Amino acid sequence: MNRMDINVQWVFTSMALLGLASGMIGTFALLKKQSLIGDAMAHAALPGICIAFLLYGQKSLLLFLIGAACSGYIATICIQFIVKHTRVKEDAAIGIVLSVFFGLGIVLLTWINQHEGGNQSGIHDFLFGKAASLTGSDVNVLTVTAVTVIIMILIFFKEFKIITFDRAFAQGIGISVSLLNGVLMFLIVSVVVIGLQAVGVVLMSALLITPALAARYWTEKLEWMTLLAGGFGALSGVAGAYISLIAYAPTGPLVIIFATMLFIFSFLFAPKRGLCSKMIRRHIERKKLQSQQLMYKRGEQL
Amino acid sequence: MSYTMWILLTASLVGINCGLVGTFLVLRKMSMLSDAISHSVLLGIVGAYMISHHLQGVSMLVGALIVGLLTTFLVQWLHQKGVQNDAAIGVVFTCLFAIGVVLISLFADRVHLDVEHALMGEIAFVPWDVLEVGGKSIGPKAIWLLGFVLAINIFCIVFAYKELKISSFDHEMAVTLGIPVVLIHYVLMGMLSLTTVASFDSVGAILVVAMLIVPSATAYLWTDRLSVMLICSAFIGVLASMIGYTIATVFNVSISGAIAVSTGVIFFISLWIAPKYGLLRKWLKKSPA
Repeated sequence: MNRMDINVQWVFTSMALLGLASGMIGTFALLKKQSLIGDAMAHAALPGICIAFLLYGQKSLLLFLIGAACSGYIATICIQFIVKHTRVKEDAAIGIVLSVFFGLGIVLLTWINQHEGGNQSGIHDFLFGKAASLTGSDVNVLTVTAVTVIIMILIFFKEFKIITFDRAFAQGIGISVSLLNGVLMFLIVSVVVIGLQAVGVVLMSALLITPALAARYWTEKLEWMTLLAGGFGALSGVAGAYISLIAYAPTGPLVIIFATMLFIFSFLFAPKRGLCSKMIRRHIERKKLQSQQLMYKRGEQL
Repeated sequence: MSYTMWILLTASLVGINCGLVGTFLVLRKMSMLSDAISHSVLLGIVGAYMISHHLQGVSMLVGALIVGLLTTFLVQWLHQKGVQNDAAIGVVFTCLFAIGVVLISLFADRVHLDVEHALMGEIAFVPWDVLEVGGKSIGPKAIWLLGFVLAINIFCIVFAYKELKISSFDHEMAVTLGIPVVLIHYVLMGMLSLTTVASFDSVGAILVVAMLIVPSATAYLWTDRLSVMLICSAFIGVLASMIGYTIATVFNVSISGAIAVSTGVIFFISLWIAPKYGLLRKWLKKSPA
């Protein structure tokens, strides 16, 4: 019973930290219109994880992280290369890199299955995510990475803000835009990679986009948006983990469903940008206009 | 027909179907919608199973069609309401996929369909799942399903070729000419959903994305003509299936994965040697000897 409790605590802590880090970094990915890059990276991480396993021979979260980060980073370089040097547009470039890298990952996974005696259950968790299978050392790696990412965001906050909103100005005041873009990409890759084990390949991109998109409805200030997105992410992580505990359903999808519900709520009911408040405002304006017209008409009649 | 021939035929049919539909996706800059639909279709299949309690072709097709159209509708609607396009796609499909996964896990003991199977597919089992009419086997079910969808796709493309062409290249002109662009959009999305679900069961979600986008993007490097591009991308799809199957049998690895990798290799080679838009030609032009 006691061990069970510790395990539950691990899951809750790691999901909260993961949600916090991915929400915060997702804010920048969303504002730079790179939401789907997270999806591409999550898929592209698979071959890196497999190669790390082939080289090392057994499961090690730290090495998997390094392998995944390398292949995720190579994938973003490939996307940028295709967009810059061919007539293929960005969406197709993302799709190409995503599917081909993932295909390569599947090939390597089946190869490992054939040749390494089927000892790949650890890799398997990366595909679909399994928060409940996190062990103590996994949680350590996850916590350290998430905290590092959060600290990095706080340190470079001003710089990230400038390169997100006004590249030309950033260049003008002597900020190295390409270097900072690289740092930002690296932080995104790190979060995606630690998230893979908890929520899986497909849903990791949602953990980046959805909390940030929900936060966008509540504020116009980047500082608040980053904080809110982190809060939404952490809340979804904990809520998803809790529901999965009592409903015996997988954690990852529940986290995403909860985050989407937060988004729908914000989309409908946020004070300024929400759909309902917009409709109410439009209704009030129309009423005002009608009464004005009525007054004009009466004035003409008199 | 032998085992190998059935698999090659299945993969080629997937290649042709995806090549035809994918061409329009690449031209309309909607490639990532295929990624979205290929994942959210899972919900359609689970939903169809929960209502009809079996996994037969027709109910699965209908379920996938509904969810596929729902996905595009939701993405479109969110986009109209001010959500940027990439984020709209990302939110919608991940949510629908998550609901699908939760439903599968709740009914796991009764559904013969697991997420892994859906993502990776198992083309190697296609030849054993045969369709029987009057006690006689008339070939694998997957072939009939893919052939049926191919007929629909070819019919739609031939029937609405001009409309598809104009609305893909020049949206404003299509609107002024009075072409029903919205209808064309949803017809195309319907074709995409059908193609995805027919391919899905045999080759998995990821290969569908690879087959939809990569051959069409490759063909886009080779030609400027829509008709040539359609044929070219279907041909590249078939070629990649052949190469991928060969690699998979030699190294004993996943067939769908190997086919996805071969599409990537063909794209990479075309990137350099394509006659008009290849990098080699561009660089030679830049530095005349």
